[in-house]
Amino acid sequence: MTNEQIKQSIIKEILRIAPDIDEDDILPEENIQRSLEIDSFDFLKILTALNEQLSVEVPEADYSKVDTLEHMIAYFSDRI
Amino acid sequence: MSEFKMPSLGADMESAVLMQWLVKEGDPVTKGQVIAEVETSKGVIEIEIFEDGIVDKLLIQTETECSVGTPLALIRHDDEVKEEVPQKEAKTEKLSEVKEEPLAPLPSIQSDKIEPKVKMSEERIKISPAARKKAHELNLDLNSLEPKEGEVIQLKDLGKEVKRDTKTLTPDDGMRQAIAKAMSRSNAEIPHYYLSLSINMTPALTWLTQLNATRSIKERILPAALLIRAVVLTLKEVPELNGFWQKNAHQISKSINPGIAIALRKGGLVTPAILDAQEMNLDTTMQSLDDLITRTRANKLRGSEITQQSITITNLGDLGVQSVYGVIYPPQIAIVGLGRIIDSPWAEGDTLSVRKVMQATLAGDHRATDGRTGALFLDKLNQLLQNPEALL
Repeated sequence: MTNEQIKQSIIKEILRIAPDIDEDDILPEENIQRSLEIDSFDFLKILTALNEQLSVEVPEADYSKVDTLEHMIAYFSDRI
Repeated sequence: MSEFKMPSLGADMESAVLMQWLVKEGDPVTKGQVIAEVETSKGVIEIEIFEDGIVDKLLIQTETECSVGTPLALIRHDDEVKEEVPQKEAKTEKLSEVKEEPLAPLPSIQSDKIEPKVKMSEERIKISPAARKKAHELNLDLNSLEPKEGEVIQLKDLGKEVKRDTKTLTPDDGMRQAIAKAMSRSNAEIPHYYLSLSINMTPALTWLTQLNATRSIKERILPAALLIRAVVLTLKEVPELNGFWQKNAHQISKSINPGIAIALRKGGLVTPAILDAQEMNLDTTMQSLDDLITRTRANKLRGSEITQQSITITNLGDLGVQSVYGVIYPPQIAIVGLGRIIDSPWAEGDTLSVRKVMQATLAGDHRATDGRTGALFLDKLNQLLQNPEALL
C-alpha cells in the first residue's frame, strides 16, 4: 500500500466520523484532535476503523505517534 | 383500547413533528419498544411505548406537527377482540374520557372525528429526515430543491446551501433556545451550592493503561467511562444526590440514570442518560457510552434517554478546562463536573511529586441536600479512584 493510499484511508475515516469537516481543513502537520475538534471518543473510533482496514493496531502508548496526519501515515506505513 | 400520545420529551417541549412510524396497523408491540421517530428541538428522537398491545390504528400521518398529548395511535390490548371494537357512532366527547382513563376499554373512534391540534406540513416532498432537518435549519424552501421525479432528497443534495451554512451561527436555533430556557429556569429556581476537590488520577489512569494494554482496540476503556463508573458506584453510597426535586419534595431515584453531556459537532449539547447504570460493570458502561454517543451523533436517541436522567455528568476534560461549575438541569438535584486531567505538583506526606490531577466539582440543589452530602460524595469518589480495581 502506498503512502497516498494510506492517507486516503485515514482521511476517509476522519470524514466518516466527523462528516462536517472539510477535507481541506485536515492539515498534515496539525494535531488532529485539537485542530478538528475530535474528542477522545471519536479518535478511538477512527483508530478502530483504521485497525479494521489496515490491520495495524495502535496501542495507547503510541497515541503520541499518531497525533497528526503526517505522523499517522508514517506510523501505518512502517507497520503494514 | 388506549391511546399512544405524543410524549413530553422535556419540560421545554411543546410540540414535535412525527417523522416516521416504525410499526404498522396490526403489529404487536411490547413495553419499551420504539414505535416512532419524532423531531424535536433536540433532534430526532425515537419514542417508545410503555404497554403491551396491538397497533389498532395509526391516527397521525408522518411529517405532521403535533402538540404534546396529541393521540398518535390507538393500542388494542390482547384481551380485546377487534371485532367487538368498531362502533362508528362514537362521539368526539369520548376523547375526554380516554384522557381520564387511558386503560379503559373504549369504542374505537373514527379517525376523521378526532381533531387533534396538528398542522400538516404544507408539502409532501420526499426528503430524508436529516436533510429535512438541515433544510429547516437553513430556512430552505423544499420546493426550490427541485427533486428529480420519484427521488428522495438527501442531505448531500442540499449541497451548496449546507456548505454556506457551516460558518454562520443561527440565532433562532431551537436547541439553543431550549437550553437557554432550561438553564434560566434552573438559575432562577435552584439555590445551587458548589464544591470542588482535586483528585490524584495517577493510580486510576495507570491501572487503566495496564488494563487496556491487554485488550484489543475494540475493547479499550476510555477514561470517561471509568469516571462514569466511579460516579455511579459513589452514588450507590451517597444516593441522596441521585434523584429529583418535585412538588416541593426531595425524591431519591432507585435507578441511577446519569445524563452524559455530549457536545454535538455542529454546536449544541444534549445530555442523554445511560439508563440503569447501577446494574452495569466497567465493560458494559463503556459499551453503553459508546452506543449512546454514536446514537446521539446519528440523531437516534430514545425518549426515555432524554427524560429520565437522575443526575448529570459533564466532562469537559477534552477541551482543556480545569474546573466545571455546572448548572443543574431541573428536576435533577445535582451535576458532577469533571475537568481536564493535568500534570500537577502533588504533596503526599513529606514528598512532593508530579501526579495526574483532576478537579471534580459538584453542584447541588440546596433544597434537597446540603454541602455535607456533597462533600461526602466527592470524598467517596476520591477514595474509589485511589483503588481502581473496585471499578471493574
